[in-house]
Amino acid sequence: MSSSGASAEEKREAELLGELLAVVQSVVDPEIPVLTIADLGVLRGVEVDGAGRVTVTITPTYSGCPAMQTITDDILLALAAAGYADAAVQTALAPAWTTDWMSEEGRRKLADYGIAPPSGAAPATGASGASGARGASGADDADAGPVPVPVALSVRCPQCRSADTREVSRFGSTACKSLWTCRSCLEPFDHFKVI
Amino acid sequence: MSAPDRAPMTSAVSTYALRLGDDALVLAQRLSAWSSRGHDLEEDIALTNIGLDLLGQARMLLTYAGTVEGGSRTEDDLAYLREERDFTNLLLVEQPNGDFARTIARQLLFSTWQLALWEALQSSADETLAAVAGKAVKEADYHRDHAVQWTLRLGDGTDESHHRMQAAVDALWPYVDEVFTVDDVEQALVAGGVAVDAASLRPGWDRFVDGVLAEATLTRPEDGWNPSGGRRGMHTESFGYLLSEMQHLHRSHPGATW
Repeated sequence: MSSSGASAEEKREAELLGELLAVVQSVVDPEIPVLTIADLGVLRGVEVDGAGRVTVTITPTYSGCPAMQTITDDILLALAAAGYADAAVQTALAPAWTTDWMSEEGRRKLADYGIAPPSGAAPATGASGASGARGASGADDADAGPVPVPVALSVRCPQCRSADTREVSRFGSTACKSLWTCRSCLEPFDHFKVI
Repeated sequence: MSAPDRAPMTSAVSTYALRLGDDALVLAQRLSAWSSRGHDLEEDIALTNIGLDLLGQARMLLTYAGTVEGGSRTEDDLAYLREERDFTNLLLVEQPNGDFARTIARQLLFSTWQLALWEALQSSADETLAAVAGKAVKEADYHRDHAVQWTLRLGDGTDESHHRMQAAVDALWPYVDEVFTVDDVEQALVAGGVAVDAASLRPGWDRFVDGVLAEATLTRPEDGWNPSGGRRGMHTESFGYLLSEMQHLHRSHPGATW
């Protein structure tokens, strides 16, 4: 009897979590409204305690991302509208966000929206010793000759699909994007930077 | 760590976070002044984006400094309500924007240092500092690259751009020495695995910057006069003007929010 009670309890909890997740996952990025925070990989977790208090964990894309406050407010509003007013949003910095966390669905939606999705995987960094070695190797390369120039994969134009594109500026309309132009259709476009 | 050690260590962590936060905050404020003043739209956006990254880093570090010291001061209290002598940023970051070459030289000297700092700080024994560094390192990589590309373009450009870029590097060179100075506060944190030994980053910084200067046909200035004091709150003349502009709104309208 007690075991069936526990399993019913577990089932209710799983249902509740599923419902909460559906609500939170529907919140969109205020600057790229075709992407949900789940597509972006900004949503890191949803938990609920015994008293029914909901805690949502998000992580910023960039340190200075001005969308974080709006995303926090939007999550709380969405939860309140679904009947969960007792909620809090916390920010986790580690592990640091990477474009590798962007879903396939998110990449497709970005391209349809006219923003070239991140091209390729982020270079390996992290808290391991490798990161320190990377800095040292950069300096050593300079010692050996010319300044190292990072080689990036070509970025496809989201309008005409041409690979004949050119980076105009590493810094675009938001911190997470760079500015490109297409040599084929001559249209400018944003590219989601790989980090 | 034994209990008697903990109090001074905690206060040192707060001091260290505040120093790194002040560096980022003050440079962010300087860069924000380029908004609508860039020579083209792309550059206007680039410099202010870099400023925004730095502001984000500053917010995390100032918030952490306030939390570690006991939680009575918020990021806003620390940014807007401290006096000049309470700011502990490097003299380098407070130097005026000058012409575009001066801003780029400041970016090159600082971001080469900051990138190496974040790379090393990722393995700090302090989890929050390591997490901040883990985020910031990706941003600093772009900042340094931006400064390198412009240094090459201006240094190896026209006679006028070469002259200005050389003058800019010459003017800012005296402030480099302070960046790599380690005082007792940091020495104790280095021993505890919390802080990065700044002096140990100098050889790598020298190699990288020397390589960029050489490729840009610029001459590395002679080492000579080395002003310092930023970490002790002793600042250069222009800093007070920066603070008055940055703090004016908050002080005139206490508690104002968006």
